[in-house]
Amino acid sequence: MSVTPNGRTTKGPEPAGPQAGQMRGPGGGPGRGPGSMGGMLTMPVQKPKDFKGTGRRLLGYLRPYRLQLILVLLAAVLSTLFSIVGPKIMGQATTKLFEGLMARFRGVPGAAIDFGYIGQILTVLAGLYIISSLFSYLQQYLMAGVAQWTVYDMRRDVDDKLSRLPLKFFDARTHGEILSRVTNDVDNISSTLQQSATQLITSLLTIIGAIVMMFTISFWLTLIALVTVPLSMFIAGFVASKSQKLFAKQQKSLGELNGHIEEMYTGHKIVKVFGREEDSTQKFDTINARLYDAGWRAQFISGLIMPLLSFVSNVGYVFVAVIGGIMVTQRAITIGDVQAFIQYSRQFSWPITQVASIANVIQLAVASAERVFELLDEQEELPEAGRWTIDDGRWLEIVPSQAQGPSPIVHRPSSALQGEVRFEHVDFSYKPEEPLIEDMDIAVMPGQTIAIVGPTGAGKTTLVNLLMRFYEIGSGKITVDGVDVRDMKRGDLRSIFGMVLQDTWLFNGTIRDNIAYGRPGVSMEEIVEAAKTAHADHFIRTLPDGYETVLNEEASNISQGQKQLLAIARAILADPAILILDEATSSVDTRTEVLIQKAMDALMAGRTSFVIAHRLSTIRDADLILVMNHGRIIEQGTHKELLAMGGFYADLYNSQFTGVKLTESLPELETAGAVGMVESAS
Amino acid sequence: MIRLFKFLKPFAIAVTAIFILVFLQALADLLLPTLMKDIVDTGVVKGDTDYIMRIGGVMLLVAGASGVSSIIAAFLSAQAATGFGRDLRRRVFSQVTGFSLNEFDKLGTATLITRTTNDITQVQQVLILIMRMMIYAPLVSIGGIILAVSLDATLSLVLVVVIPILAVSIFLIASRGVPLFKVLQKRLDRVNLVLRENLTGIRVIRAFNRTDYEMKRFGAANSDLTETSIKVNRIMGLLMPVMLLIMNFTAIAIIWFGGQRINAGEMQVGSLIAFLQYATQILFALLMLSFLFVMVPRAQASAVRINEALDMVPEINDPAQPHNPGDKHGTVEFRDVTFSYPGAEQPAISNISFVANPGEVVAIIGGTGSGKSTLANLLPRFYDVDSGGILVDGVDVREMSQETLRAKIGFVPQQAVLFTGTIAENIRFGKGDASHEEVERAATTAQAMEFISTMKDGFDSVISQGGTNVSGGQKQRLSIARALVRKPQIYLFDDSFSALDFKTDAKLRMALKREIGDAMMLIVAQRVSTVLDADKIIVLDEGRIAGIGNHRQLMETSEVYREIVASQLSEEELAA
Repeated sequence: MSVTPNGRTTKGPEPAGPQAGQMRGPGGGPGRGPGSMGGMLTMPVQKPKDFKGTGRRLLGYLRPYRLQLILVLLAAVLSTLFSIVGPKIMGQATTKLFEGLMARFRGVPGAAIDFGYIGQILTVLAGLYIISSLFSYLQQYLMAGVAQWTVYDMRRDVDDKLSRLPLKFFDARTHGEILSRVTNDVDNISSTLQQSATQLITSLLTIIGAIVMMFTISFWLTLIALVTVPLSMFIAGFVASKSQKLFAKQQKSLGELNGHIEEMYTGHKIVKVFGREEDSTQKFDTINARLYDAGWRAQFISGLIMPLLSFVSNVGYVFVAVIGGIMVTQRAITIGDVQAFIQYSRQFSWPITQVASIANVIQLAVASAERVFELLDEQEELPEAGRWTIDDGRWLEIVPSQAQGPSPIVHRPSSALQGEVRFEHVDFSYKPEEPLIEDMDIAVMPGQTIAIVGPTGAGKTTLVNLLMRFYEIGSGKITVDGVDVRDMKRGDLRSIFGMVLQDTWLFNGTIRDNIAYGRPGVSMEEIVEAAKTAHADHFIRTLPDGYETVLNEEASNISQGQKQLLAIARAILADPAILILDEATSSVDTRTEVLIQKAMDALMAGRTSFVIAHRLSTIRDADLILVMNHGRIIEQGTHKELLAMGGFYADLYNSQFTGVKLTESLPELETAGAVGMVESAS
Repeated sequence: MIRLFKFLKPFAIAVTAIFILVFLQALADLLLPTLMKDIVDTGVVKGDTDYIMRIGGVMLLVAGASGVSSIIAAFLSAQAATGFGRDLRRRVFSQVTGFSLNEFDKLGTATLITRTTNDITQVQQVLILIMRMMIYAPLVSIGGIILAVSLDATLSLVLVVVIPILAVSIFLIASRGVPLFKVLQKRLDRVNLVLRENLTGIRVIRAFNRTDYEMKRFGAANSDLTETSIKVNRIMGLLMPVMLLIMNFTAIAIIWFGGQRINAGEMQVGSLIAFLQYATQILFALLMLSFLFVMVPRAQASAVRINEALDMVPEINDPAQPHNPGDKHGTVEFRDVTFSYPGAEQPAISNISFVANPGEVVAIIGGTGSGKSTLANLLPRFYDVDSGGILVDGVDVREMSQETLRAKIGFVPQQAVLFTGTIAENIRFGKGDASHEEVERAATTAQAMEFISTMKDGFDSVISQGGTNVSGGQKQRLSIARALVRKPQIYLFDDSFSALDFKTDAKLRMALKREIGDAMMLIVAQRVSTVLDADKIIVLDEGRIAGIGNHRQLMETSEVYREIVASQLSEEELAA
């Protein structure tokens, strides 16, 4: 789309010029405006590893829409064709005008401008333009659907995939990393599909079409006009590659600067209290100067493309005007031909720039697609066996049906769910080279309480991970009521467990929905009942909207302790046979803490419970204490047994006497702190 | 946004030059069609080849002039706009650095970051647009209209009809499309939110078997987003075909009506061709302007946010004539201190009075919301008290410079904050010129040696941004070492031991005792075990002092203290 000074009436059929600007950020307008390349020049290049393979797979996503795509293609071709013949036809009108005029000029008797003929031409032209615009819009309209539904499919597939990936995957990656694939990368693909793909087609067609049309008018004049083409291509390619490098540099400095700003602002208090304002400002200035340096260069180079291209195009224009003019005087061609020529040669510069940058844009999109596919190819959780299932608190064995019937399986009822848990010769490691748990045996009878203790970072989550089968054990087996957990569907297994971790997770929704999370479709009475048992009812009622209060995104509109009460209520409502609890309540005020403990006690009553224990009373009363350190279970036994053993636990327990004088009245005070130091797992 | 333009002052010459150059460029661009007209009307009609060549030469010169001036303008505007961004960013950064916690609370750290980064980039980008389009487009459209009218006033009536049609269609499309961009952003945020929740809550979701439900939730957000995107694209997709149609019809109209004027002998063919070109130039210039009108309001919103940050006056400033209490050894006195956070109904702490002497360990204990962290924040003068006063070495903290005051304090915050850089650099943050021995000694006392020595690069191991490659406890120990290396007169621990396991905690406190000598140590704590052996324990309850004394005294005199102790120990232990 050139807004070059003399660009005449017809513009090429690049339908998406300004939209590219709309969708990709500032600029993007036609013509000499800065930034008019949309984002094309401003994105650092990333080369996909396997362009062909990824490209083919990306095309696979488009397959369901192939009918629409064919229509899009057809519309693009038609709209380009209809507009590409415009200048030639318009030239005929001008020629007719000129001829009539010249005839009169020379005094030919009865000479007049043939308005009937001109009117006819113009009517045809109007029709062509209307059809071209219609097809151009049709193409946009259809492509919007194709592009957006394609990325819809991709986002869905990614989300689908995420739900099947093992926790191992998530533990190894930051949320930002995963989020960026669903947002940035998918966005990249969507805008490329929406704009660049069709642009590429129309741009190429325009270039070819214009050249063909020019040749039909005048061979020699075409050669002269085409001289500018390689020059434009060279400029476009040169500027694009240069500016991409510079923008990458700018991006790097900008990232550094943003990182520094973020750090200094979040650490503001520390910067101030240590009096480091000046150092911070100095560092800021250094990076800022670097950013300026890279920034203006990138800005300048990318800003060069329009002036340079219009200059080249102007030169071509002058040549055509001069040589064409001379040819007209020699009657080699008509004036309308010159006019048409000018228009055609004008149509080059923009498509050439587009083609130059679209190559990069497409590469970028394929690189994005590659990252998305990489995620889609991640190893999934082991398939589910599902020989045992649970219904209404009873075990059901799924066995192949003997009788001929519609259902190939039958559910054979078995005993009631008890909550007996056994670890038999369990080996486990996160990384193969670092074995964590070796040959572990634990036997937990229904209703027992197991305390898990250990210092910070001892890896108490590991146990939770194994129980809930978030991770797969290496060898040995874990059984619930004698059933190997691998013989059950994960969903069934997890329905046996209730979990209250310190790092409470609530979602952006009402309190009621959050409590009911574990048992959808539950009645309001039951929700209130659970909240009451969890000692949460009172505070909920003090909130302005009670149970309908919407928790905001960070759930920062209620306190940490209140969140934990809600999580307990949620677990109570889910009514699991086995519990996993985290007692840590370090950021909770004393009164809430008392409430939480009462609520937890209520929850634990009569259930098998694994407790990441912080209270001495819990530990001492536990039926089994698992002592963890450096990710391993190093000791297990009851409080008395472990003390008698004189190992790590005894050391931990007794270390209260080191260096701290204690009041005689409270000999065990330190222990509460001691074992209380276990950090919440996260 | 106008207010921010004062940052362009250093670039006044460049900006003036840009204006002149863009003006020249516009003139040159307008001149070309007129020259073309001369070629046709004079050269072609009369068959004067020389004339055609001569005018062609002039046209080349004009095109060259236009090209050169626009290249220089691009160069200058790139420098001016980026320089503007650099200066503005620096100004905002140093302004924010000067803020007290009050201002941070008021605006929020996240938005301050955005204001210093994205908002400024946004304004900078629009500035380039303004410098190069805001002048060019009106010049070309006005100049084009003048030239078109002078060529043929009657034919200009075509423009009188077309311009409003163009304006109305842009308006109709934009007014439907642009608001949808906001909706689109919301839908996108929703997809992000659901996904982020799915990631953070993955254990809970799987534990409660709600994967299907979450997938439905995501699916709904996903299709909402898709539908809106399609709608936006379909509306905005109208823009180009409609614009092209209008322009092409303008051309047809000009040829038709122009032809009749030529027939009537009132116009020449060359003028008609020139007229066509002016019409195109005018329409495109208007189109350009309309894009500016979309861009500028967006930048305006950014400018408002930047100005808000620049207008915020730090509430805590150094006195005109600071007192220097000299190099005494950290006596701290709170005199009837009352403080409330801005906008709060209740004071966070009221009527707090106590004295802490050199060599003493003073502990502050209380539940959440009792005001103990507030108290710790008042001593380094992060906030100013409402009434009463805080005296350090006999001088009110408001009467000394913040630098003097804070040089006396070694502060360890509740949430350990580390910076990108090596471990040694992080410890040296407390004392820029600390020797290696000093750094090592601080690390040893802070019980950090144990893990530092297991790291491959020891003290030169690099901490990543946000300290994600060290554990919470390790971070906290480094943050303690950072305070220790200062050898301050006052140690201030704001609930800093919670991330440590018991053994480390005990060892650390023992080492600290040896290390601090006659400095004063103020510990804010949540756990009784941490404060047990303090010389003085101050019990806070709802912002008031509920008791002062050592552990044993408080067990007898303070009901609140007993309650805290009771809540942390089971009943059997109390009975024991």
